Amino acid sequence: MIKIKNLHANIDGKEILKGINLEVKAGEVHAIMGPNGSGKSTLSSVLAGREEFEVTEGSVEFDGKDLLDLAPEDRAREGLFLAFQYPIEIPGVSNINFLKTAINEKRAYLNQEPVSAKEFLGMVKEKSALVELDAKLANRSVNEGFSGGEKKRNEIFQMAMLTPKLAILDETDSGLDIDALRIVANGVNKLKSPNNATIVITHYQRLLDYIIPDFVHVLYDGKIVKSGSKDLALELEEKGYDWIKNESPL
Amino acid sequence: MENINTTIATSEKKDKFLEVLSTLDFTTENPTFLQHRITSQNELNELDFPTSKTEYWKYTRVGKIVNNTYTLGQPEKIDVSDFLIPNLDAQVLVIINGHVVADLSDFTSVDGVTLTSLSHAKKQNFEGLKKHFNQFTQDKKEIFLAFNNAFHTDGIYLEVAKNKIIEKPLHIINITTGNNTISQSRNLFLANVGSQVKIIESFVNVNGEKNFNNHVSELIISENAIMEYNKIQDKKETNFSIVTEQVYQEANSNFTINTATFNGALVRNNLNIEVDASNCETNLNGLYLGKNKDHIDNHTVVDHKKPHCNSNEIYRGVLDNESTGVFNGKVFVRPNAQKTNAFQQNNNILLTDNATVNSKPELEIYADDVKCSHGSTTGQIDEEAIFYLQSRGISKKGALKLMINAFAKDALERISIEALQAYIDNKIEERFI
Repeated sequence: MIKIKNLHANIDGKEILKGINLEVKAGEVHAIMGPNGSGKSTLSSVLAGREEFEVTEGSVEFDGKDLLDLAPEDRAREGLFLAFQYPIEIPGVSNINFLKTAINEKRAYLNQEPVSAKEFLGMVKEKSALVELDAKLANRSVNEGFSGGEKKRNEIFQMAMLTPKLAILDETDSGLDIDALRIVANGVNKLKSPNNATIVITHYQRLLDYIIPDFVHVLYDGKIVKSGSKDLALELEEKGYDWIKNESPL
Repeated sequence: MENINTTIATSEKKDKFLEVLSTLDFTTENPTFLQHRITSQNELNELDFPTSKTEYWKYTRVGKIVNNTYTLGQPEKIDVSDFLIPNLDAQVLVIINGHVVADLSDFTSVDGVTLTSLSHAKKQNFEGLKKHFNQFTQDKKEIFLAFNNAFHTDGIYLEVAKNKIIEKPLHIINITTGNNTISQSRNLFLANVGSQVKIIESFVNVNGEKNFNNHVSELIISENAIMEYNKIQDKKETNFSIVTEQVYQEANSNFTINTATFNGALVRNNLNIEVDASNCETNLNGLYLGKNKDHIDNHTVVDHKKPHCNSNEIYRGVLDNESTGVFNGKVFVRPNAQKTNAFQQNNNILLTDNATVNSKPELEIYADDVKCSHGSTTGQIDEEAIFYLQSRGISKKGALKLMINAFAKDALERISIEALQAYIDNKIEERFI
């Protein structure tokens, strides 16, 4: 699904990613863990296409296409989804209107018919139930006045509506209480299929109790320094990131 | 020395205006109304065009308008179908270069509604007209208003009888044509006690550049009456407009004005609302979309003179390229006007580094038991929000459009005529494709 090879990226001339290698196949869940400042969010930003980051070396192949060559919207239309760590509030733009626009732009890109009003409303009803998102929130302005938990649920709701091939969840667990965490994780698990894949970026092991990863990678100083099974997350939780730092040859 | 020179220069410009306008013949006019003209001509002797030192015109230089040489705009017959609002069932009246053109208008007479040209109303010497004409526009020491008082040609006279509720909106299409023409149209709308009426006026242009329309409307909303006046300004970026509305509200009345300005080399709106009785509601909302070198200026005054009234004001601007927006909103709360709720807000989005906004919200409160707030924001489109929308598959352009539309449409949500709302929404959308 996605092949990241020797990815290097800068912001303001400072190198943050220093050669990431990662392959995620359909049906898999990968967790990327790492201490603050290790480059986790940079990785998700670079993959989603944030302009502030400059890729200086390496390649990313997404479903056979050169991902780095695509505009952010085309990456989304090809099936990439980023659940934001800090979802943006957009006053005046209704959640529903924006999602309909997004779905139809994606469909137009894929040479598909626009979604019918009936079909769309059916989707909204079904998908908002998936993350226990109040239907009223779906009609409100994007994230405006949403609580932290509602914002994160809204991210997963959007993910459900857009049915991506690859979802990247950037610190989706941050700021969530245990109930919200369970709801969000439950939503993600229900959306899992043999045809899609998920990358879970997190600082803590906690989320991985709910979303069970097939692989765990540890990011440190812009590189993946360790990979393993889900047990690696537990080991990290127990030993702390210093363990990795000390092991790291830097 | 310099001051004297400036004065000479501006009075020469005024003389040039007077020379053109004094060829208009009003000798056959009803003496009552002729006398108003003479009074205003005398007033003009004391007035000069504003300079950069005139506070009221601080952010809008009228050089473009007053340095030009004009000929009088004439009535014409032109196709107005482009200016009709789709799916709107309305009484249509057409003004061309300050003259009402009956052949182009499409209306049927309705019981309890006097709808005619101002010139005809003057001939008939209607009571309502006699009482209210020039009632609040005389002696304001404003040169463009005085020019219109003295030399207006024609416009629409609407009087709605007591307790009459007009179902069909009235749509006035106020057109200018030709290069370097000057026209001064004038309306008077009178809603008598308990009546209700909705008006739309489209200010548009057909062929021609650098023409100047100096328009005045007087609006009187009597006790318990409701009036909604919707103004669309779309005269293209080559023409000049100065529009003055003088509004007078009596007790328990409800007045809403929505102003949508889509372009203009120089557009200046002077909206003056006098709320002279209790329990009134006033809504004044505006949207201005500037591009290229457009200059769009909204000056509003709400004067609360009596207690227990509410006013709500939202003006929003989106300025592109090198365009300029000006907002100056003044709310007076007089000593008598206790329990006033006055809310005022101006928000602007600048789409480029060369676009400009001058925003000046002002409150002058002389009563102590009131709730008043005002605010002004000017900013750029939030790049983070654009990226967020892009990350969901919406193109950058589409994201921009979605955000500007949301911002802009919000200002005019008080338009109660569905077809008009759709028409304006559509015009906003077309603008940001």
